[in-house]
Amino acid sequence: MIRFLLRRFVTMLVTLLIISALVFFIIKLPPGDFLTNQIAELRAQGESASIAKAEFLIQQYGLDKPAWQQYLVWIGVMPGPNGFSGLLQGDWGWSFEFDKPVVDVVGDALWLTLLVNLAVVIFIHVVSIPIAIYSATRQYSVGDYIATFIGYIGLATPSFLLALILLYYMNRWFGVSIGGLYDAQYAGEDWTWDKIKSLLSHLIVPTLVIGLAGTAAMIRRMRANLLDELGKQYYVTAKAKGLRPTRALLKYPFRMSLNPFIADIGNLLPHLISGSVLVSLVLSLPTVGPILLNALKSQDQFLAGFILMFVAVLTVIGMLVSDLLLALLDPRIRLGGSR
Amino acid sequence: MDAPLLSIRQLAVDFKAESGDFRAVDDLTFDIPKGKTVALVGESGSGKSVTAQAILQILPKKAHISGGSILFNDPAGGKTVDIAELGPTSDAMHAMRGGRIAMIFQEPMTSLSPLHTVGDQISEALMIHARVGRAEADKRTEEVLARVGFPDPRRALRNYPFELSGGLRQRAMIAMALITRPALLIADEPTTALDVTTQAQILDLIKELQAETGMSVLLITHDLGVVANVADEVVVMYRGRVMEAGSREEIFRNAQHPYLQALMRAVPRFAMEEGERLTPIREVKSASLARVHAVDRPQPKGPILKAEGLIKCFTLRSGWFSGKTRTVRAVNNVNLALPAGTTLGLVGESGCGKTTVSKMIMRAMRPDSGRVLFDDGTGPRDVHGLEGDALTAYRRSVQFIFQDPFSSLNPRMTVYELLTEPLRIHNIGTSDERYARVKQLLDLVGLDQRSLRRYPHSFSGGQRQRLGIARALALEPRVLLCDEPVSALDVSVQAQVLNLLKDLQSALGLSYLFVSHNLAVVDYIADTIAVMCRGYIVEEAPKTSLFRNPVHPYTQALLAAVPDPDIDRPLDFGKLRAGRFSHPSEWPEPFRLVHGEAGIMKEIEPGHRVRLGSHRAREAA
Repeated sequence: MIRFLLRRFVTMLVTLLIISALVFFIIKLPPGDFLTNQIAELRAQGESASIAKAEFLIQQYGLDKPAWQQYLVWIGVMPGPNGFSGLLQGDWGWSFEFDKPVVDVVGDALWLTLLVNLAVVIFIHVVSIPIAIYSATRQYSVGDYIATFIGYIGLATPSFLLALILLYYMNRWFGVSIGGLYDAQYAGEDWTWDKIKSLLSHLIVPTLVIGLAGTAAMIRRMRANLLDELGKQYYVTAKAKGLRPTRALLKYPFRMSLNPFIADIGNLLPHLISGSVLVSLVLSLPTVGPILLNALKSQDQFLAGFILMFVAVLTVIGMLVSDLLLALLDPRIRLGGSR
Repeated sequence: MDAPLLSIRQLAVDFKAESGDFRAVDDLTFDIPKGKTVALVGESGSGKSVTAQAILQILPKKAHISGGSILFNDPAGGKTVDIAELGPTSDAMHAMRGGRIAMIFQEPMTSLSPLHTVGDQISEALMIHARVGRAEADKRTEEVLARVGFPDPRRALRNYPFELSGGLRQRAMIAMALITRPALLIADEPTTALDVTTQAQILDLIKELQAETGMSVLLITHDLGVVANVADEVVVMYRGRVMEAGSREEIFRNAQHPYLQALMRAVPRFAMEEGERLTPIREVKSASLARVHAVDRPQPKGPILKAEGLIKCFTLRSGWFSGKTRTVRAVNNVNLALPAGTTLGLVGESGCGKTTVSKMIMRAMRPDSGRVLFDDGTGPRDVHGLEGDALTAYRRSVQFIFQDPFSSLNPRMTVYELLTEPLRIHNIGTSDERYARVKQLLDLVGLDQRSLRRYPHSFSGGQRQRLGIARALALEPRVLLCDEPVSALDVSVQAQVLNLLKDLQSALGLSYLFVSHNLAVVDYIADTIAVMCRGYIVEEAPKTSLFRNPVHPYTQALLAAVPDPDIDRPLDFGKLRAGRFSHPSEWPEPFRLVHGEAGIMKEIEPGHRVRLGSHRAREAA
């Protein structure tokens, strides 16, 4: 067990290292960077004071050095102008566009993103699992057809469109503005009870909008998995033992059909961050998605790099968690391998 | 006389199908007396499993009982209950199911949940039906596991099904069924998926437990050998109806119904005359089989296929988290020779290495040492050294027939695509020629030429196996490797496929390596038989010599374990109970092999060799 964890830990580190290199060089691929673009613009306008500041920043962050040196400084294995100061040391860099440290830019957005996405994950599972069980156990019944039909609509509706529609009608019918994650008056305020209440009520619509497609997909997959398991012999055995139908269903086939979803946790985390960008833009949610999009467009390299690395770390950790959970839940993985 | 435990009267079960209703069980009437074993015999699709499901009210959703009664007289008191009247989800039915009537199934592998421990699944049955606490349930489970023959019942509580062998899994199923002390045990093909030796032990166990508890057993099987050994009464079903019913004596001594007589003639027996043919219930009709003849090509002087000193080791990892490994010799110094135009039978229990040998011959797996020599008439060449055109030619010459006719045919390809695929891969013929060839192949195996556009799922098991044979024949091979080709088939179909293989051999001059665990089947088809155990060939002989004079204790045990459909030749359960005949270190001298030694093969009559421990051999020398 410990050997396994150690091995996994080392491979995780190697993976992250490779990802960091890829992330950095892909961001650097387009010619120029944020500051040189800005300097060119400022020159055109003839503002020498700002140019001096920009040039100071170029010096400060070593943007005049070759890319590989910038990379090593960024991850913190090579001394930069401020000595060893990179991701490894906890220095996440400077956002040129916002003219603030990256920490301050993403600060709240990071955990709001996690919050929204956690809400979405819970919503998807809570809604889809009961529907899927209903659908599978009553295959080809009227209820199954209705669930299937709604599922298809959910899959086929673009979520940003749904967001727009809800935005319009919520305002028109109830006079509520559903944009953002809390009412405008709380922006920049400390976290008071009122602000949290406002946050929770604003959370409903984004959760619904982002979660809908996922719920529909999950119902389909869960139903198919469960249908496979329902035909298995061990379920007949359970029934022949005299188990009540619900208990037999939940203890045996349902438990089996969960495996693919546990294996999927690793994929879920990064997908939730990158998947909700469009909706976040439309609903003007203060999440990481729109910030990342903007940072990539303007080549704000440290900001973009940090967010991408954050997603990568989430993915790798998610994979580890799902592997460990699978081993915990499935004895064939824990004890097998001898065949 | 007591009222019977269960009386079924005019039972009818209907299935709803798209093409209209279909009656799977029709006017079924029979009794199960107290403390007796009733065997329900028939081919697959005859309605015997549906009957069992109806008794437990666990019919599939599309099926329902549409008439008749199932009267259950519980010996533990209470009045007679008509199960057919009870709702499938009623309290009375839940109490009955698993409590008074328990069931065990054919596939011990899939009948247990892989995610729950054996102890959990067995004690669950008890806790549903009796008011017992966790500790009490565990204690009772341990007792019942010990009773059904688990060597270490305390550990078995925490074992998962995949950690157990097939035989132990079936024992666990029996423990699960018996922990509630039911009045009736329904055993649906309980031993079909098991080796003969394990089968004999399980049958013995069921008989013993029956004597102990006085329960009745409804045994569902298609194997008349099993029936002859354990049943008191026999009910023969065909297409949902009873064809014949009576005591075991009446049925076996004086079979009346032509269907039953035909079924009897279809089973391979040891006492068959030289050259006697099995009579399948439905004979394969082929117009071209009589006219085809072997392709004219150079014949090898020696054996067409030869294995010399094959050794294969596997490294096992004992778990996902631990780095511990151990090495197992799956195949240990195996020498085989297959003369052209003959059949070599390779017999042994599952896990003895016979499939590994056939894979090495096919070059699907590389031996650790030793050679496989193939002689196409130009002299023997090492198969594992072949490359390029020579390898392609070898692939054409040696084809494979698989055990499972369901998974060995791609369900998304039509028969035409399936049969032309080998020709396409080897780039043989134009499309017109391929079409003609496929039609000829279909006729050769007795299938209708109109089936070209159909998909495999619309064929029965036996027809699919014939498709598999046709596909193997497409490239005009010299050698067919048959890996348990009939063990997934009913007896009636088995006879059909075996006869087809025999006819094809004499018509086309094919050589077969026939791998099976069923000695009676091998006896019917093979010329020479090699018996394999734990990676060793322990005895090898022409078949007459092997069956007349089996020398090795393992061969003797295998022979003794085959149930013969002849009530005058019952199984000797006492002899099989010892049960340690598949451990080389526990064979009596001079056969004992210790510390993985290979021993030597000693010739005791012409062509009849048996493996002795090298200790003994040294003494003799």
